[in-house]
Amino acid sequence: MSEVNIMDNEVDIVIGALQSDLTSFMNEWRPVFIRYHLIIVKDPDLKEELQIPEGFNLDVYSKSDIDRVVGSSKSILFSGFSCRYFGYLVSRKKYIISIDDDCVPARDDKGILVDAAAEHISNLATPATPYFFNTLYDPYREGADFVRGYPFSLRSGVTCALSCGLWLNLADFDAPTQALKPGQRNSRYVDAVMTVPARAFMPMSGINIAFDREAVGPALFPALRLAGEGKLRWETMEDIWSGMCVKVVCDHLGLGVKTGLPYVWRKDRGNAVETLKKEWEGVKQMEEVVPFFQSVRMPQTATTAEQCVVEMATRVKEQLGSVDTGFTRAAEAMIEWLKLWKAVGSSSSVPGV
Amino acid sequence: MVEPANTANIKPHPYPLLKDELDIVIPTIRNLDFLEMWRPFFQPYHLIIVQDGDPSKIIKVPEGFDYELYNRNDINRILGPKASCISFKDSACRCFGYMVSRKKYIFTIDDDCFVAQDPSGKPVNALEQHIKNILSPSTPHFFNTLYDPFREGADFVRGYPFSMREGVPTAVSHGLWLNIPDYDAPTQLVKPRERNTRYVDAVMTIPKGTLFPMCGMNLTFDRELIGPAMYFGLMGDGQPIGRYDDMWAGWCVKVICDHLGLGVKTGLPYIFHSKASNPFVNLKKEYKGIFWQEDIIPFFQNVSLPKDCTTVQKCYIELSKQVKAKLGEIDPYFNKLSDAMVTWIEAWDDLNPVGASGQVNGKV
Repeated sequence: MSEVNIMDNEVDIVIGALQSDLTSFMNEWRPVFIRYHLIIVKDPDLKEELQIPEGFNLDVYSKSDIDRVVGSSKSILFSGFSCRYFGYLVSRKKYIISIDDDCVPARDDKGILVDAAAEHISNLATPATPYFFNTLYDPYREGADFVRGYPFSLRSGVTCALSCGLWLNLADFDAPTQALKPGQRNSRYVDAVMTVPARAFMPMSGINIAFDREAVGPALFPALRLAGEGKLRWETMEDIWSGMCVKVVCDHLGLGVKTGLPYVWRKDRGNAVETLKKEWEGVKQMEEVVPFFQSVRMPQTATTAEQCVVEMATRVKEQLGSVDTGFTRAAEAMIEWLKLWKAVGSSSSVPGV
Repeated sequence: MVEPANTANIKPHPYPLLKDELDIVIPTIRNLDFLEMWRPFFQPYHLIIVQDGDPSKIIKVPEGFDYELYNRNDINRILGPKASCISFKDSACRCFGYMVSRKKYIFTIDDDCFVAQDPSGKPVNALEQHIKNILSPSTPHFFNTLYDPFREGADFVRGYPFSMREGVPTAVSHGLWLNIPDYDAPTQLVKPRERNTRYVDAVMTIPKGTLFPMCGMNLTFDRELIGPAMYFGLMGDGQPIGRYDDMWAGWCVKVICDHLGLGVKTGLPYIFHSKASNPFVNLKKEYKGIFWQEDIIPFFQNVSLPKDCTTVQKCYIELSKQVKAKLGEIDPYFNKLSDAMVTWIEAWDDLNPVGASGQVNGKV
């Protein structure tokens, strides 16, 4: 496994538009995004027209496209933050980068603008090292290497299938934490990328990610929707769930997940205390979700992401279905997604265009 | 280019944390000149110097430090025949210092490690950061993407189960190094000029079930929680291998910490590592280890400790049996090592009888 060369035309940048005026968002990202093809998916619940500045190479999808491609009965799956997954479905590129529309480019500790796309691509292009922890973090970064004691047979690493970035300013806390510390902002730029070790799990934040669509696309789906899911990140759990699924798939198939750089700057938005007033089941559900994923094992016969997802959906229904009906729905949604992926996601032509 | 810090004008902290509960263990064969630079940070603490090599050489300790010093004659006198488990002509001998300490915490540092600067130019008080790390919980069961949630300015991220937010006691704080990186000999030979200039401002818990290569240059641990597992093995004179002492201890420690529900942190603090050892000498020392580690790592990855191993000593003795059974086939060295591991525990228990400190280690 050596470094892969990823071309610009192998990448789609997928943006889920939860706000209608994307002018400042797109203009701030222009120096980074301009090289790539973009897919913008408008939240089906958004009534206003999207405002997008000129000059980009992009395709825009809205409710009518979603209805046409997946059927209006299924379009509910793509409301709110989940609208971006429609973009993952219709993309024809090998790699996807996805950033929330309330984030702008960050500056690193030297004040230089962070090219989040280039850094994600670099993460995906270099191997991951999930089987042994390197104390100098990513050994493929310039100026770093494997440390003394790192077995040589593990130094070629595995393909990185998912790159999870971080956020300066408004960190991705849940509502109780943000409500308790309303003034806390993340100002610490940690200059590291690292591989999440095999069998270790983490909460994947969908705010700033990139992934190998061919490898893990079937597993990256917001199956777990909260009843009170809203338009603020701390009112969702969808990305946490899909991240756990992807990690199981990666661990089983010998792929890697990286976390750390790049950072994006996340704008202040929303009121955490207001969110707390709503009934918020996500916190309770995570108590079940984490032990479940930590213990789930894929059979040897599962050799693709799709097969892993089928297996996981069965286990979710068996083991978690009795705990909360939300999990039963999640299992069903995973299977629905696989059907959609087969029908729409893996065909060679772009639907509806 | 990174430089060590200038500590000439630093005033010592008026109330140094854990002043009477922490010993600083330093192995040395040359001199202790480096202590001058560390004086503002180290002077309040008791030092245990383990003098390797020729015992007739006088190692001068700078004025003003409170210390005990042990040379090979002392080690032989104190341990008698059990002294065979303590390495000679290798910094692995430092673990003798762990054994004779009476304190709860140990900080160990190499004599070629200076004070580092953080990116703002401020000298890094490595000991203070280690203490912060070891006094706050670890989170081995679920990885927090914002790293140590107990650090100021950080917290648990969305999705982190609340039931896991209490964390577990931290047994080990593993620090890093700027300037000369801790590479193995082949990497040193290929990249003689590479220097670690990247200051990664993070501490994190190494997840349960994950192994790592522990470096003994800049390390703190809770002696009461994990001390007996910090045996640095048989290295140096008369042994077929060197420069695997700390890593061996780290693998044993991690497996036992995972079993007992204790945490291991890595990351800050940085020290400035000033001296690059000779890569050709290193290659001769490490060469067998490079082959052996291909078997050693899977061994540790697959180790399973029985439920009735509820103390570190019991875990360690069990581990020594498995080392003999599974690694003994690779080389007779592992049979010797397995026996030495048992001798170490016997010596540890002799010098640290249960009841003396009032604490039985293991699950807290």
